[in-house]
Parts: sequence; C-alpha cells; structure tokens
Amino acid sequence: MKNPFSHEVKIVGKITVGARITQPGNSMEYKTGSWRSYKPIIDKEKCKKCGICVTYCPDASIKRTEDIPVIDYDYCKGCGICAIECPSHAIIMKPEV
Amino acid sequence: MKQVIEGNQAVAIGAKLCRPKVIASYPITPSTHIPELISEFVANGELDAEFINVESEHSAISACLGAQATGVRTFTATGSQGLALMHEILYVAAGMRLPIVISVANRSLSAPLNIWGDNCDTMAERDSGWLQFHSERNQDALDLVIQAYKIAENKEVLLPAMVTIDAYSLTHTYEIVDVPSQEEVDAFLPGYKPLHACLDPENPITQGACAMPEDYMEFKYAQQKAMQTAEKVVDDVFEEFENKFGRKYRKIEPYRTDDAEIILLTMGSMTGTAREAVDKLRERGTKVGLAKITVFRPFPKKELITVTKGANLLAVIDRNISLGLGGATFADVSSAYINAADRPLILNTILGLGGRDPTVENFCEIVDRSKEVMKTGKVERPVEWINVRKEDVT
Repeated sequence: MKNPFSHEVKIVGKITVGARITQPGNSMEYKTGSWRSYKPIIDKEKCKKCGICVTYCPDASIKRTEDIPVIDYDYCKGCGICAIECPSHAIIMKPEV
Repeated sequence: MKQVIEGNQAVAIGAKLCRPKVIASYPITPSTHIPELISEFVANGELDAEFINVESEHSAISACLGAQATGVRTFTATGSQGLALMHEILYVAAGMRLPIVISVANRSLSAPLNIWGDNCDTMAERDSGWLQFHSERNQDALDLVIQAYKIAENKEVLLPAMVTIDAYSLTHTYEIVDVPSQEEVDAFLPGYKPLHACLDPENPITQGACAMPEDYMEFKYAQQKAMQTAEKVVDDVFEEFENKFGRKYRKIEPYRTDDAEIILLTMGSMTGTAREAVDKLRERGTKVGLAKITVFRPFPKKELITVTKGANLLAVIDRNISLGLGGATFADVSSAYINAADRPLILNTILGLGGRDPTVENFCEIVDRSKEVMKTGKVERPVEWINVRKEDVT
C-alpha cells in the first residue's frame, strides 16, 4: 500500500505538512478487511437475492450481481450487520482463524 | 503615529494591521476589549473580515481553525478559562500546521475564581506546539502580533502562535504605543498564501486525517523540527522588524548582565519592576542583572546560556506554579543547563499569583536570598514562595 501522506509539496521529507492527504479516494488502497474477526458467508441455497445486505453494508463491501450478492473481503470488516438484517438468515458469520 | 492606548487596544490594532480575514471570539475578562474593538473595526469598514460571534472559546478556536484551513489569516483573543477551554483545539491547530495567531491575556486559573494576572494559563499550553511570545509593554503586544504572523506563516515553520499580555498591568493600562501605518505593515507582512492548507476545488485535499501508528510519530517529529527551524526564523524576523521599524526584539533580552554575579530571569510585565530593582541594587554596589524571556516556545536555550555566562546564580522568577514541582520556567531553565559544562546555581521564586503585584522589594528579597545561597554554594530550597502568608496555611 502506498503511504497516503507521501504525495505532496515536500517540505518535510516524505510526509506532508500537517498530515493532509492530497489524493481523493485513496482509502481504496487501505484494505480494511484485515480487521475482520468474523467472515460473512452467503448461503446460496437460502439467499433470495433481495439486496437488503447490499443496502445495509456500512462499508459498501457487498455488490449486487445477476446471481447472489458478492462480498468484497478486501474491505469487509466483519461487522455482521448483513447477517442480522438478512430476512432469509442466509448469511452466517464464520470465525476467522 | 504615537498613541496612548491600553494593551488590549494595542493587540486589537496590531491584529487589524495584519488584515486577518476571519475573527471568531468569545469575550472573557480581561481580554474582552480586544474582540470588542475588532468587531467595531469590522462593523465600520476599517477591517475587511468576517467577525463570528461564537458560543464558547472551544468554538472560537474551532472556527478560526476551520477558516484558516480554507487558506485565510485568522485571529482570536482569550485568556485563563477561555484558553483552557481551547486546549483540545490548540493541539489540533498545531498538528494541522495552521499558523493561527491568538492573543492571550494572562490570567490565573480557577479555583478559586480569580480574574487577575499570572501566567498559569499560558504555561499550561506550553506543550501544545504553539509558538509563545510574551509582552512586557503594550508596544511589545502590538509589535509581537505582527511578527508572530510572519514567523508562524514562514513556510519552514507553519506553526500557530500566541502572544501574551498580562492581565490589567498591560490589558487595561495605558501606555504610549508607536502604531505603524498600514502601508508599513503591508510591506513587512504580505498577504497569507498557504501552499499546504487551503480550499481549492481544483486540488481537493483532506485535512485533519487520522494517522496510524506507522505515521503519527513522523508528524510529531516534523512539528519538533519546525520548532527548531523557528529558532532561526524568529531571529531573522526580529532583525527585519528592527530594520524596518527601529524596535529591537530578542528571545532573551539582557539588562546589565555584563559583570553580573546574580541574574534575575523574568517574563512579561513584572520585568519593568525587576529592572527598577536591579538599578536600585546596582547603586548599592550589588552586581545584579536581568534577563527577560520574550520567546518561551521555542525555548531559547542557547541564548539563555550565553546571557548567563559568567554569572554565579540565576534567580528564575515564575508568576505560575506547576503544582508538585515549582515554576514552569524553572523546570525548562533547569533542563536547558543539564548538560552545560559551566552552569550557575539556579533558584526559583514563585510570586504574583492571582494578580498579587510583584514589587521592587520582592525582587530585592530574591537577591538577598540569592546572596545567602551564594555564600554556601548550596541550594537547599530550590523553590521558594514569597509575598505569601505561609503562617495562614495550616
């Protein structure tokens, strides 16, 4: 991952003055999925493709597809909101080992 | 043009001459006249700026911070509880490297509630990453505000600055002040053109972001480096100011120190009284001198050691108390000498808390005590409180 503070008028070496970030959208480079201790897994049999999990995911880590939704594990922090909200109880939270 | 004005007016006029674009302030005794006057300047068109009435000092400094982050010069004034309420945001402003300049009317901190002078309020913010300039006279207050902007905004510095004036002995005391013209100040202090913190839709940036353990320490180190750079920038700006305005400022200002055995170290308005005591004692043949701290952050370690060279004893006088230790200046001064090969004995005196006026006799008493210590060469009581009714405290 690139250092988000490292691209700027370099007054003090490689970091920016006052910790400002000059690249909009650089949070993409920070894979918050590593924070996860429980991993949501969608049960293909139970999923009704309603999309409620997509709406509720606070990290926009669940994408709608033609088939069942796909979870982006690079950014999913494992909060479990999708599992709680799923009306079909199609999402289980599996401990990361 | 020379005018007879009070310290608060000197600060307000000094700030106006620097053309801040946003002033956000909440009134607090004894600095209230400053925002009052500035709001008048804005209302009558003398100053082209936004004046924001806010609901607290926390909001005042927050509004200044937000405005400064868009890329304009800002100003506010406070003191005592007001400065304490700003505490959280002072660190944020310093960390975001926003060169805000504020004026602090040095007033004691509660409890007990007290609206009079000492500098416990400013000393409590000495670790916040702000440059600190202390005024002895009203002239200093005006001049230091102008110089503070220039130092703070230097692209190698970019640190906020506070300029202090002592409660009542400066804030409400009228003195002759030479007020420079707007043209002169404009020539000395050009408009603020930040490269690092401004609102530009073409070049969007995030300010005030989180820094993880991998980065946080580097930002703190950068602030420390900026403080060290400021040491040189302060000298340069003071010199340029002297060349343009004819008034000389120094981080540590010596007075009759050349052959002095004892040197009094003071800060702020008590210096005038201490100088009178020095003259009186010199007449009696006591080799005593005085050094005044004008710049407290960055701490002028080198200059202090130079000024006190050859002296046997340094009497540090604090109008503040770091409870459980001694005076704040004393702690810093002592650390400045820790590795010095040749160092004087160092004594600390606490006086003048909560507006108890330091007198010529107080300084003479300090010198008497210093002489006693010099006889034995041993400092048994490094911190002494004077002009205090110890007998009433059981």
